[in-house]
Amino acid sequence: MANDPIHQFQISKIVPIEIGGVDLSFTNASLFMVATVAVATGFLYFASASKSLIPGRAQSVAEMSYEFIANMLREGAGSHGMKFFPLVFSLFMFVLTANLLGLFPYFYTITSQIIVTFALAVLVIGTVVGYGFYKHGFHFLKVFVPSGIPGILLPLVVMIEIISFLSRPISLSVRLFANMLAGHITLKVFAGFIVSLAALGPIGIGGAILPLIMTVAITGLEFLVAFLQAYVFAVLTCMYLNDAVHPGGH
Amino acid sequence: MLVTPAHAQTAPDATQTPVAPGAAPAGEVHTETGVAHDGAHAGGVFPPFDSAHFASQLLWLVITFGVFFLLIQKVLGPRLAGILSDRHDRIAADLSEANRLQAEADAAVETYEKELAAARAKGAGIADAAREAAKTKAANDRAAIEAELAEKLKAAEASIGEIKAKAFANVGDIASETASAIVDQLIGGKATDAEIKTAVAAAKQGA
Repeated sequence: MANDPIHQFQISKIVPIEIGGVDLSFTNASLFMVATVAVATGFLYFASASKSLIPGRAQSVAEMSYEFIANMLREGAGSHGMKFFPLVFSLFMFVLTANLLGLFPYFYTITSQIIVTFALAVLVIGTVVGYGFYKHGFHFLKVFVPSGIPGILLPLVVMIEIISFLSRPISLSVRLFANMLAGHITLKVFAGFIVSLAALGPIGIGGAILPLIMTVAITGLEFLVAFLQAYVFAVLTCMYLNDAVHPGGH
Repeated sequence: MLVTPAHAQTAPDATQTPVAPGAAPAGEVHTETGVAHDGAHAGGVFPPFDSAHFASQLLWLVITFGVFFLLIQKVLGPRLAGILSDRHDRIAADLSEANRLQAEADAAVETYEKELAAARAKGAGIADAAREAAKTKAANDRAAIEAELAEKLKAAEASIGEIKAKAFANVGDIASETASAIVDQLIGGKATDAEIKTAVAAAKQGA
């Protein structure tokens, strides 16, 4: 089992830190969190350094990502939602950079950790609930009461709404986590087949071409998934923030 | 998945722990991450669900994401927004400048056309006046010449009449002389002047 597909998710300590019996070590996952922030910040910083009127390639990409999220948020949560732009933009850039960094061989994929994605989802839902109550007080509870529902159905609908609201952080985090985890495991399994088959001699080497093709194809797919999951995360964040901004539905 | 129930979580500081019998010997061959791991938590727990690391993961996520959020909020977001709004302003300014120049050009064309029309009207007026003057002058000249000619004609007619009258006056004398000569020659007798004169007058009448 030289190619254990789970091993890539193993966490190892780099600088062991323990405070009050709680393990707060700086691990390889922490290292890649730092790397993610460094890469994303460095890109956005240097791409926008020249502030040219006519953008170069890097500046174009930075501007595109900015406008992409700005338009998404404006469409999803209206112009009042624009105050959440830094949150959505940093979430998108963080998840996207983490996903893309995870595609490098030997790099750690921090978004394949359920606790990381769950923490990000809780941040989103926490912002929605916190801002909703802060801004609208108990009117925020209208989120659970859709308008135009007959009285007899209301308890049922409200219950469904509450359950769906509570499942949001779970679906938001599990979607990202499961996609990254499954993709990386699949990639590793197919890559493992190449090695195993090639060890079987000439016929095996010929047969190893098939998993090799699969590995290349899945790598391409993983790039798509990396972007798509960051996009989905940002879109859902915008939709949930819309509830905080406009709890009455619209 | 790979959770082996028999393998309880060992203490964090434990040295290389024996691994579950069925599972792959952790830490033996895989060095995929390139980082030597201590193997303390490398037991049977599926790594993403290994709660032993949750605290550390959360702490470092909060630190890194917090820093990233602040950087986006304070530095990078405003900077990108500034670039975009600068460009937007510049384009709007350029467009309004272009509109202004367009309006100016339109106004210039309008003035030009107005001036052209005025110049045309003026030119036509001048031409009309000149034509009128020329016509008047020609008419005057013609009238003067005609008057002169009529005068000359009249003078000529008068002189012709005079000459005619003189000629007619002479005709009687000549006829009388001729008639007396003819009579003389033909009949050898002498006719009186009075008779000849009467005959000539009668012939004149008859002619």
